[in-house]
Parts: sequence; structure tokens; C-alpha cells
Amino acid sequence: MSFRTDTQHPERAARTPLTGRLSQFSWVDAAVAAAVLVLLYAVLRVGQGTTVAFSTHDNVKVDTDPSQLPYDAARSLLRMFVALALSVAFTFGYAYAAAKSRRLERILIPALDILQSVPVLGFLTVAVTGFIALFPGSMLGLECASIFAIFTSQAWNMTFGFYYSLTSLPRELDELSRSFGFTRWMRFWKVEVPAGMIGLVWNGMMSFGGGWFFLVASEAISVNNQQYALPGVGSYAGAAITDGDLGRVGWAILTMAVMVIGVNFLFWRPLTAWAEKFKNEQSEATEVQRSVVLDFLRRSHWPQLLGRVLRPVGRGLGRAGRLLGTDDRPLTVDPARRRTGDVVFTLVAGGLILWGLTDLGRYLYDRTGLGVFGEPLLLGLATLTRVLILVALATVVWVPIGVKIGFSPRLTRIAQPVVQVLASFPANFLFPLAVWFFLKTGLSINIGGTLLMALGAQWYILFNSIAGAMAIPTDLREAMDDLGVVGWQRWKRLIIPGIFPSYVTGGITASGGAWNASIVSEVVTFGGTTLTATGLGAYIAKATESGDYPHLIAGVAVMSLYVVGLNRLLWRRLYRLAEARYSL
Amino acid sequence: MVLNALRGLRATTPAPANSRPVDGDVLLETVGLTKSYAGADRELPVLSGIDLQVRAGEVVALLGKSGSGKSTLLRCLAGLVPASSGTVAYKGTPLTGANPGTAMVFQTFALLPWLTVQQNVELGLEAKGVGAAERADAARQAIDLIGLDGFESAYPKELSGGMRQRVGFARALVVEPDVLMMDEPFSALDVLTAENLRGELMELWESGQFPTRAIVLVTHNIEEAVLMADRIVVLGARPYGTIREVFEVGLDRPRDRDSAAFEDLIDRVYRTMTGRQKEGRTPGRAEAPEAVELEKRTPANTPLPTASVDGIAGLAEMIAHRDGRADLADLADDLGLEVDDVLPLVDALDLLGFARVHGDDLLLTDTGTAFAGADVQRSKTIFAAAAQHAPLVRLIVSSLRQNPDGTLRAGFFRDVLAHHFTSEQVARQLETATDWGRYAELYSYDAEPQEYRLDDSDADSVHGG
Repeated sequence: MSFRTDTQHPERAARTPLTGRLSQFSWVDAAVAAAVLVLLYAVLRVGQGTTVAFSTHDNVKVDTDPSQLPYDAARSLLRMFVALALSVAFTFGYAYAAAKSRRLERILIPALDILQSVPVLGFLTVAVTGFIALFPGSMLGLECASIFAIFTSQAWNMTFGFYYSLTSLPRELDELSRSFGFTRWMRFWKVEVPAGMIGLVWNGMMSFGGGWFFLVASEAISVNNQQYALPGVGSYAGAAITDGDLGRVGWAILTMAVMVIGVNFLFWRPLTAWAEKFKNEQSEATEVQRSVVLDFLRRSHWPQLLGRVLRPVGRGLGRAGRLLGTDDRPLTVDPARRRTGDVVFTLVAGGLILWGLTDLGRYLYDRTGLGVFGEPLLLGLATLTRVLILVALATVVWVPIGVKIGFSPRLTRIAQPVVQVLASFPANFLFPLAVWFFLKTGLSINIGGTLLMALGAQWYILFNSIAGAMAIPTDLREAMDDLGVVGWQRWKRLIIPGIFPSYVTGGITASGGAWNASIVSEVVTFGGTTLTATGLGAYIAKATESGDYPHLIAGVAVMSLYVVGLNRLLWRRLYRLAEARYSL
Repeated sequence: MVLNALRGLRATTPAPANSRPVDGDVLLETVGLTKSYAGADRELPVLSGIDLQVRAGEVVALLGKSGSGKSTLLRCLAGLVPASSGTVAYKGTPLTGANPGTAMVFQTFALLPWLTVQQNVELGLEAKGVGAAERADAARQAIDLIGLDGFESAYPKELSGGMRQRVGFARALVVEPDVLMMDEPFSALDVLTAENLRGELMELWESGQFPTRAIVLVTHNIEEAVLMADRIVVLGARPYGTIREVFEVGLDRPRDRDSAAFEDLIDRVYRTMTGRQKEGRTPGRAEAPEAVELEKRTPANTPLPTASVDGIAGLAEMIAHRDGRADLADLADDLGLEVDDVLPLVDALDLLGFARVHGDDLLLTDTGTAFAGADVQRSKTIFAAAAQHAPLVRLIVSSLRQNPDGTLRAGFFRDVLAHHFTSEQVARQLETATDWGRYAELYSYDAEPQEYRLDDSDADSVHGG
């Protein structure tokens, strides 16, 4: 064979599609077009409701007629997706800044680590008052506060993931970009975003699942002794709970389940299947994500048509993006200038932080004195005990079950999607049922609170146990069978070491989730009865309701401290151990 | 003519009728180039005092073992890695960023898996701001030129390794760089595919239609260098990358690898690579100078080659089967191995006193023959004695003996080595020393507290005596 020098049909390959095919529009295309139209209409219709005027003096009354549910569900969904879009935008900006600037990185990444540990619900109050002041007399303020709550539950995780993929970009891709003189715009959209796409999609999916919890918690809240409610499934359920109407609570639960499953089926499955193409591996994978919806979309002609319309737009943006400059790194850096820059940056950043700290200290000192931290520190021990008991209990119960499921491909196929849905189903939705149960049996909320926290958090342990068990190679299990290793010895030698890395991941997520959940599960109400447990969660909830900012700040700060402490002292160490010793 | 059309599309570089002029313009030049990385307490050089010119019309091969800095040198030339001192210039202008006159072909292809072949090839032109229609045409012609037509809409993962590297070539050629930079472009391919692609590439280069004016090739394959290059620059790894020797390859193309001149050049390059070309000693005399040298060996000047005990024993047995003598080039060829795979083993045999390199041949010593023929326990004993010739192993053993409880943290040795090697090299050295010492039952290593411990029998003898 030699290099070919003939060019018989240069345009043969590129010019085939579309021209002859527009006539063959199929029912698939029609269905897709209709679906898009309906979606647009729904967004417009539902979106109108967000700017409706309201006054803070109105007595908020949520209509709990079940026929309201579809509209409420749509409003809730819109909130979720707006928050997701904001999270993605934030992720791109924040992670890019942290990955590209050596100086910013030193502040942004530790900050992100802390933000991740801050109990989101504790800050809802601040957000609500802030946003209402921003949009006086309009629902938009409340809407923003709710979206903000969901956003804060999603963004950190996604940002961390994307930052990691930016900094661990394969060396040859970095060199490719610089050697061929890519523009910064091209590098970002053609190399960096695609390289991080799989992580972005999966992290997005997990965070979105966690977001339902905050949606429910943020739609109906009382701040400063003032009740606020937004139309949505969460506030619907809240109103039904206040009325003590179990039937309508059931309707809300059903709607929630439909939403969770529907979004999974129509949005996340297709997206994960589509993201397969960004896998940076050099051969066809054996196990691929599939989606009926994506297959359906791909069979229609819309993607091609859309591509035709969007391609010139993309080119235009690419040309505009040239203004951002070429991806190049100067070969020589003046060390003196660099050091000066470092010093200036450190001084400015350090000064700002110090100023903020003294201001905060003075504020707390003036209002309550610094002894305000004492009570939450003590109460934190109670909540810490609950979190630890929860993790231990969930481990004892769910790890054996998870391993059983993970070892059986048939069970895994059935159980995994179910567990995924259960994990994203907002547990605070089920609280009224639990409270009803507590009232019936006379179980103390101090013990029951642990169960409530477990409702949401336990699934992470189950989910990761299944994944860990699946990752244990079959030949290892066969070798153990062959040697007659059974019972406790099998657990000690094969199963526990095998699932350990996965389990630790699950444990971190579960314990983080439990701290957050404590704010809503240590104080629960059902039909006029309120049960309050002793704990830091209840402390924060109380401070939120009465608008007591000094106590709120102290509570949130202490809880963050506990979360960070637990992570550093327990989970991080286990994680390192897992990476060093037990990675398969 | 395709190439003319291709050139016509991009009027930026008015190319002469023959794309391989023998005007000998200096395209790339380094003067006193040094590159070092931060070590524990000082900079550790990987390249030093490199003076190199790449002229229009020539193919330059940078040849060396792993760790000789050849890839780093290529990246310095491409402006991807800054030089620590000295200058790199393109057409007389010192580089301040990525070299505008080069395009790179990568060992691992570096194709974007989410783009089609066509889109991958267009990347370089897109970066230069060439319009969509124009770059599509140019890319299509480069794709045809490189033998990829029909694959335009395929994704990289659907292609075989050879086809993927063709995409890599098309992507680099379509931007018509002055110098094509190739970083071990064939080493990830199987032998036949590599041979085929190499042949096609050189045919195109010879035909005078090549859209670049010079080629810089990084390789550890001696035959590849002799087949392709006009000039072979051999880089030595000890103590750090310097130009050890430059070979002008005067052979006519296409080169006949069976010709005497070809084989002679390969042997000469081989000798330079193994670093013993000037010694020419016989096996009988070899013991004396080695023994003196043995005293001067330290972990710093004699790093352990990255060779496993199994590999060392395997090679020793293989030479024993050939009556204790084997031609290095033939041996590597018969095993289907690259120099990179064989040389560390050869170095290890030499270091342990199991074999001597004589000219092109590897000769098994008496201990080597005994080692190759011994059963497991016996070979451990022989190896234990021989391992004392390895400075790092000796250092670990003697340090452990001086310690009352016969244990030492790995960190201690890491600190000692950090004065001379990068952390990556230190890790590799300790890994080899651990492997050798464990096999020889000189000491054991406990990964959890990262601790070396004298083997029991040994410890007893220390305490007893």
C-alpha cells in the first residue's frame, strides 16, 4: 500500500445526509416535535407563576386539592432544573478559576471543602430574607431562595468533580492543545469539558437526586415567625401534613415518586447514555449505558437538523472566542514579579478574611457574647451520637443485604434502579408517617430522630455496598469457594476488604446527609403536634424559626465544625487506608 | 496534485515546488540547553549541555534509553516545556511559548475520542482560524493522502491502532508545520503495522511531497532510527542526558536492512547505547577493572536498573542455553523485544557480576552460569552474594545491621536517595532494591509501616556475633 494521491470523490463522504431525507419525515420526528412544543409551553405557563405579586402580610394558604398537584409538580420541577443549570454554570466558572490560577486555587479549593460541610438548611433563613429584600413584593424572591437552597446542595459536589477532571487532564491532551495552538475557547469546549463530561453528568445526577430533599424543605418554611409557601409538591405536602390529612399526603408522595422516576427516565438515563461517547478509552466498551429515550431521539431526524442550525452558531461563538486568546504558557516567568504577586495576593486575601472575622466576632460579642458557642457544642454531641448510631445501624443492616444483591447479577439488575430512586426520594416526605407512628407507639423523638435521619441517609450505604460487591472479581470468589473459605472467614478475608473503598464512599455521603437531615428531623410536626429532640439540629431549626441570627450563626458554624472534624478524623483516614491497602 | 491543492488552500506559507529543499536552513537550534527538575535539596538535571541543530531537509532521530531525556528534549524543541538554562530558537528567534513551526505526533495518538476522524484532523486548522469549508477540504485531502479515506466519519475507538496513528499524522501534516515532531510514534503499534506505516511515511518523505521541511523523531528502537534518520543523536542517561554521540547515516533510501553497512551501523549504535564502546575488553580481563570500580560504586553513581529477579534469571537462563554467549541485537530481535526492555536486564546482569558485555556480545560469567543452572534455594544464595555488588542493596543491609533492632523506615533511604534522584526515580530504585533483597532473603519489607527489617537468620547472626 502506498499513500494515495488520487482524490476522486473528495466530497463523497460529507455531503450525503439530509438533502434527500427531509421528505421521509417519520412519526418519530412528529412525536419529538410535539414533545418539544409541549415542554416549551409548560415552561412558559409554569414560569408565569413565579413573578406573581405577593405581600409578606398575606396569610399563606396552600390549596391541597389533589387536582392542583400537576401544576405544583411542574413548578417544583422548574425550580430543580433552574438550580441544575445554575450549578453547571457555577461549576464551569469556579472550577476553571481554581484550576487555572495557582493563587485562586489556594483559596477556592479549601473554601469549597468547607462549603460542602456547611448544613445548607441552616442558611435558608438568611437566603429567604436576602432574596425577599432583593425582589420586594414579588414571588420571585421566595423562588430564588428555594432555588438557592437546591443549588447549594448540588453545586459543590459537581464543582469538585469538574475541578478534579480539569487538573488531571491527560498530559498528551494538554500538549496537543498547546502544540497545535488551540484557542482557550477551543481547549475548554473541545478538550476540557468533554474530558470531564462523564463525571459531570454522573455527579449532576447524584446531586440532583439529593436536591429533591432540599426542594421539599425549602418550599414551605417559616422564617422570623412568618410563614412562607411556594406552589410546589413540597408545600402541598407541608399543608397536608399541617392538616393531618394522610390521604393527601399519600397523593403528594405518589406525585413525588412519579417525578423522581420520570426525570430519571426522560432526562438522566438519556444523558448518561449520551455521555458514553466521551469515554476516553481506546476500545469499544462491553458494558454501555442504554436509554430507550435516547435511541428514540436518535432515530428521529431532529438531531441532524438541529445540528445544521446550531453549527453556524457554534462557529460564530468559536470565532468570537478567539478574543480570549490562545492556549499557551509563557516559557519564562520572572520569579521576582511572581513573588510580588503572591505577596500582594496573600495580603489582600488575608486582610479581607481578617476583617470579616473581626466584624463577625464583634457582632456576636455585642449581641450575645462569645459564650453563644457553648450550647451548640454540647448539643452537637447528642446529634453526633445519633449520626454515629445511624451509620453503625445502617452498616449492620444494609451491608449484608447489599453484598447479597451485588453478588447476584439478576438481583442487581432489579435492585439497583430501585435503590437509586429510593436514594433520591426526599425522605422528609415520609416524616409525617413516621411521626404518626411515633405518636401511636409513644416512641421518643430522641430515638426516633435517628430513624428519621436514617430514612434518607441509609441508601448511600446500601448503594455503595452493592457497587463494592459487584466490583469483587468473580475469580476471587471462585478461588474462595475452591478453598472452602466460608462464613466469617470469608467476610474477613474477601468481602470486607473488597467492598471497603466503596463502603467508605457510602459512609461519607451518608454521614454528611445525616447531619443535614438532623435540622429537619429533630423537630417534626404532624397535625398540630410538634415533637422536639435534644440536639444541634433542633437548635438550628429553632433559631431559624425565630430569626435569631447570632444563635443561628453559632449553630451552623458548630455543625460545620463537627462535620469537618468527623471527616478529617474518621472518614479521611479510612479513605486513605482504603486507597493504600484495599483497592482492587 | 493533491499537495499543491493542499498548499493552495493555505496561502500563508508559500511553498517551493519541491517540499524537501536541501537548502539546509537551520529550523530549530538549541544552545547549551539544560533542563532540570526540583529535587530534595537541589535541581536534578535530566538534560545538560545540549547543542543541537535541525536543518531543513533532514530527519533527525533522538535515540536513548528510558530516562535519557529524549522526550523532554523533543518537548523543549516544541516549546511545551521550558528550558532551565540555554536557549531554544525557531528560525533564529528564541521561543517564548509553544513553537509555531512544529506539530506533534504522539506515542499514545492523543486523538479526541469524542470527535470524528475528520473533526480531529481539522483541529489544527480550526485553531488557526481557517474557515469551515476551507478546512474541511484541506482535512479531506490530508485524510486521502495518509490513506484514511472512507474513515472520515468514524470515531477513533472504531479504528485499529495503525489507523489511529494515521489520524495523528494527518492531523499534524494538514497544518504544514516546518518540522514534524514525532514522539515514539510507532511504539504503541504491533510490529507489522509499525513497519508498514514507517515504510509509507518514508516513501512520502522521499517523494518530495512531504508538507513539512524536517522531521524530529524520538525513539528507543535502534533499527527504526537507522531506517529513517539522516542523523542519529544518541543521548546518554548517566549521570544525566547529554549527547553521547552523533551518527551521520549516509545510506541510500530505501534502506536495505540486510546490507552490511546497515548492520554495521546498527552494531555501532548498539555499542554506544550500552555505553561500553570504548572499553573493548575481553571477559578474562574484565574482572580486574571491575573489582576496582566496585569500591567506587555508590547508590548515586550506580543506580539499580529497573529489572525484576524473574527477568534477570530468565535472561541468564536464555544465554546459558546459547552456550553462555549471545549477540545483543540478535537476542532482542529473537525475543521480539525493544532495547528498553532488554537493556535494564543486561545492566542488571552486569551489575550483579553474572555477565559481561563484550563488543556486541553478552557473555555469562562463572557465577552467572551457576545462577542460571541452580535450583531455587541455591539460586537465592548465589543471588544474595551477588546482590551485595548493588550499592543500594549493600547500603540497606549495612544500615540495618548498624541499627540495634535491625529495622529502618523506608523514608530514611528515600531521603538519602533524594539528593541524587527525582522522587519518581527514587520510588523505582527502592522498588527494585526491595524486590532483590526480598528474593535474596537479605531483608524483608513491610508495606504498612513502610519499614525494612533484616531477615531473621541474618539478624540472629548479627546479634550472635
